[in-house]
Amino acid sequence: MQHAIDVTDLTVAYQDKPVLWDVDVSMPPGVLMAVVGPNGAGKTTMIKAILGLVRPAAGQTLIYGKPYREQRKAVGYVPQRGSVDWDFPTTVLDVVLMGRYGSLGWFRQPGKHERAQALAALEKVGMAQFASRQISQLSGGQQQRVFLARALVQDAQVYFMDEPFVGVDAVTERAIVGLLQELRAAGKTVVVVHHDLQTVPEYFDWVTLLNVQKIASGPVAEVFTEENLRRTYGGRVAFLSRDDGTGSGPALVLPTPAKQSSAFTD
Amino acid sequence: MELLNDLIFNYTLRNIALGSALLGIISGVLGCFAVLRRQALLGDAMAHAALPGIVLAFMLTGLRESLVLLVGAALAGWLAALLLLLIIRQTRIKEDSALGIVLSVFFGFGMLLLAAVQRQPDAAQAGLSKFLFGQAASLVAGDVLVMAVLGAVALLFVGLFWKEFKLLSFDPDFAAAVGFPTRVLDVGLTALTVLAIVIGLQTVGVVLMSAMLIAPAVAARQWTNRLSTMVLLSAIFGAGAGVAGALISATGRGIATGPTIVLCISAVVLVSLLLAPGRGLLWTWQQQRRNARRMRAELGGGSR
Amino acid sequence: MSPQLEVQLIAAVVAAGCAIPGVFLVLRRMAMMSDAISHTVLLGIVLGFFLTGSLDSPLLMLGAVLTGVLTVSLVELLQRTGLVKEDSAIGLVFPALFSIAVILISRFAGNVHLDTHIVLAGELAFAPFERFELFGIDWGARALVTGAAILLLNLVLVLVFYKELKLATFDAALAATLGFAPALLHYGLMTVVSLTAVGAFDAVGSVLVIALMIVPPATAYLLTDRLPRMLGFSMLIGIASAQTGYWLAQALDGSIAGAMATMTGVFFGLALLFAPQRGLIAAALRHGRQRWEFAQQMLTLHLLNHEGTPDATEENRAVTLAQHLRWQADFAAQVVRRAEAAGLVRHDSGLLTLTDSGRQHAQQAFVRG
Repeated sequence: MQHAIDVTDLTVAYQDKPVLWDVDVSMPPGVLMAVVGPNGAGKTTMIKAILGLVRPAAGQTLIYGKPYREQRKAVGYVPQRGSVDWDFPTTVLDVVLMGRYGSLGWFRQPGKHERAQALAALEKVGMAQFASRQISQLSGGQQQRVFLARALVQDAQVYFMDEPFVGVDAVTERAIVGLLQELRAAGKTVVVVHHDLQTVPEYFDWVTLLNVQKIASGPVAEVFTEENLRRTYGGRVAFLSRDDGTGSGPALVLPTPAKQSSAFTD
Repeated sequence: MELLNDLIFNYTLRNIALGSALLGIISGVLGCFAVLRRQALLGDAMAHAALPGIVLAFMLTGLRESLVLLVGAALAGWLAALLLLLIIRQTRIKEDSALGIVLSVFFGFGMLLLAAVQRQPDAAQAGLSKFLFGQAASLVAGDVLVMAVLGAVALLFVGLFWKEFKLLSFDPDFAAAVGFPTRVLDVGLTALTVLAIVIGLQTVGVVLMSAMLIAPAVAARQWTNRLSTMVLLSAIFGAGAGVAGALISATGRGIATGPTIVLCISAVVLVSLLLAPGRGLLWTWQQQRRNARRMRAELGGGSR
Repeated sequence: MSPQLEVQLIAAVVAAGCAIPGVFLVLRRMAMMSDAISHTVLLGIVLGFFLTGSLDSPLLMLGAVLTGVLTVSLVELLQRTGLVKEDSAIGLVFPALFSIAVILISRFAGNVHLDTHIVLAGELAFAPFERFELFGIDWGARALVTGAAILLLNLVLVLVFYKELKLATFDAALAATLGFAPALLHYGLMTVVSLTAVGAFDAVGSVLVIALMIVPPATAYLLTDRLPRMLGFSMLIGIASAQTGYWLAQALDGSIAGAMATMTGVFFGLALLFAPQRGLIAAALRHGRQRWEFAQQMLTLHLLNHEGTPDATEENRAVTLAQHLRWQADFAAQVVRRAEAAGLVRHDSGLLTLTDSGRQHAQQAFVRG
């Protein structure tokens, strides 16, 4: 079967300091995959390497069997919310339209058709009434939904989302989960950098455990085990066994706050 | 009316008005991107760094034509930007120190050369020091033509790559992910900023040129939430302050043009920061007072 | 003392005095504050001149220090409104205040010895003619006396507050919890920067103060990791720039201050290229060495990862290695040769296997990462 994503022997180093060491990850199309691991584990770096934003020292990444450069139009990207200046003078609709820029290419400006697509995407994330709102007036959850809408108008086969659940309200979290399921139902593949280990079994089908090296990657039921988590997080995970018969794998809490500062991750 | 008459028929005044309007428009437009990309002080460093370029261009060619001197200025400004990048990328020195190094060393070298040139008996060098604080009165029709052509090129590029520059300024990673060559765009936008600086040098001078990039953009940002309107307003503010300052300085007694223009545009910034609807300080202050009053009324009304 | 010697002495004293607060500006990432302050102290000098009618009054110095501190507060005030980012705030405040000063000078003070050229680069050659006399005794050139006083003050302050400055520079949060009031230290430093800028004004004008404050400390930062050495090196580099700058200015018959700034740049350029560990050349050499080391670790780790897995015979072949790791074929071959020579891998009929020391090597690599 054709894999949606193939990462083979990927090594990335920043100034000779390795961030990812010889990582192999493959995933079939049509699944939702979480990428988890401690801060500095290289989660964001892996996504950036797949998207061609950082240059690997070795190895390669393929999307549907081809290099990213040939598959750009099949890929949607949701960067970390904190990576942009939300005081930028622009509107919600305008940000979503940016999702069409790649397909438009040079010199062409977005027109009526693109506008309709953007509005439809905003409708999907429940933000249609905010279309002409200045982006600095949005809450964290609303900002995240705008970024999701921008990825939706990319109309991709594979989506990469960097920590979409960080700092969002409960309503937004449910909305994002609903959206993820819709995408899966439509046969899309989604890779999500995730921090909340408790929700992994609930939200995702596949999981990759990463800590500079790949610890494990595969269906949640198979690889999301206590043993693998301990290997990923070292001694820093406290395990709570849950004997309520739900059988949803180990429930656990992190002793340290899952997310401290985006400036220090990866 | 007399002023209007002069503006149309007086050769000198017409050049001054046209030149300073052009400078205001171009630096207003490019300044928006510099401010939004947090590169305001890069403009300051590149403007100061232009000085040795001007003097060296004169020393090497012996010519005083503005085109020759401005090419020297542009090359020096560009070299400064490259050195800055080298220092930040390759060493532990942070951006602020790198800016200070490039700015002060280039400018010091320029002052060294300028003083050396001025001590030579040959009188041809007279006029180079107008590039320190600007002298609008020295603008001749040829200068204005050069400014107009360079400015038109800069504006044309901004128009052509509008969508790309906007995306680059807002979210460079996303721009790269969807396939735009962000390195090239970045270099291009910096080159256009150098062009904007060069256009203003004769009128505003190297010392204060950065203000013409920063101030119109900051003022415009307060009045609007759209990039297109911001750029338009910034151009208008820049042109207005440029013309007003240049005319005041040209008709006054021996006041350098640069400082006059800078004071004009600073006044615009002050008014914008205070009064702009929605963002202005007076506006938010009143909003806070109204909220406080409402809260007091609710509490007093026995809602608790 | 001959005027020539006195000029050199003034230059050296001023350069050393500027380097001390400069070290903390560079370490605290506030170098561009010196840009703003050095421009705006001019306004204080001009206003002080209008009030007192003289250029010698200590009130001038007070006025200049006040405007320097005012600049810092204005920048912080603008930032706090949330309407303007920090870099723009700096770029708004100092051109406005500097412009007022320049206009006041050219409009009203054109006949005293403050012209716009001197404002930018000072006029060190004339400094020996301004004497400092007290109790009927000639104590030396005024610029020399002020420069020495400021140098002394800065030295004393650094010695007395060394611990606090060091802590507040490297760990502001810890300094605050220990009760060292970082805000007080911050404004104290800004006051010292303003004072030093005014003191240097006579010698090097207002803009080139930046060169003396920032470039020698940044150069020293490339040479050492220790704060006391950085302070010492900065002062030495400052003094060396002053001396060589003086000679350069003599040779070219140019501005002494401009030549001093140029020389700080030359010393910085030398350190940038040749600094023992942080210079570009040292870094390039190190990078070349590490490239092979890094590649060998990549190789051992790759072999370890696929050791004993079903695809090992495919992944761990010498021939396919280059293709898997996306290396150039000859680069891959050389890495394998080097690893073999180092006893990390064995090469058996096309298949690469790890030796015991190779396996250790790979595990170490991971620990390091």
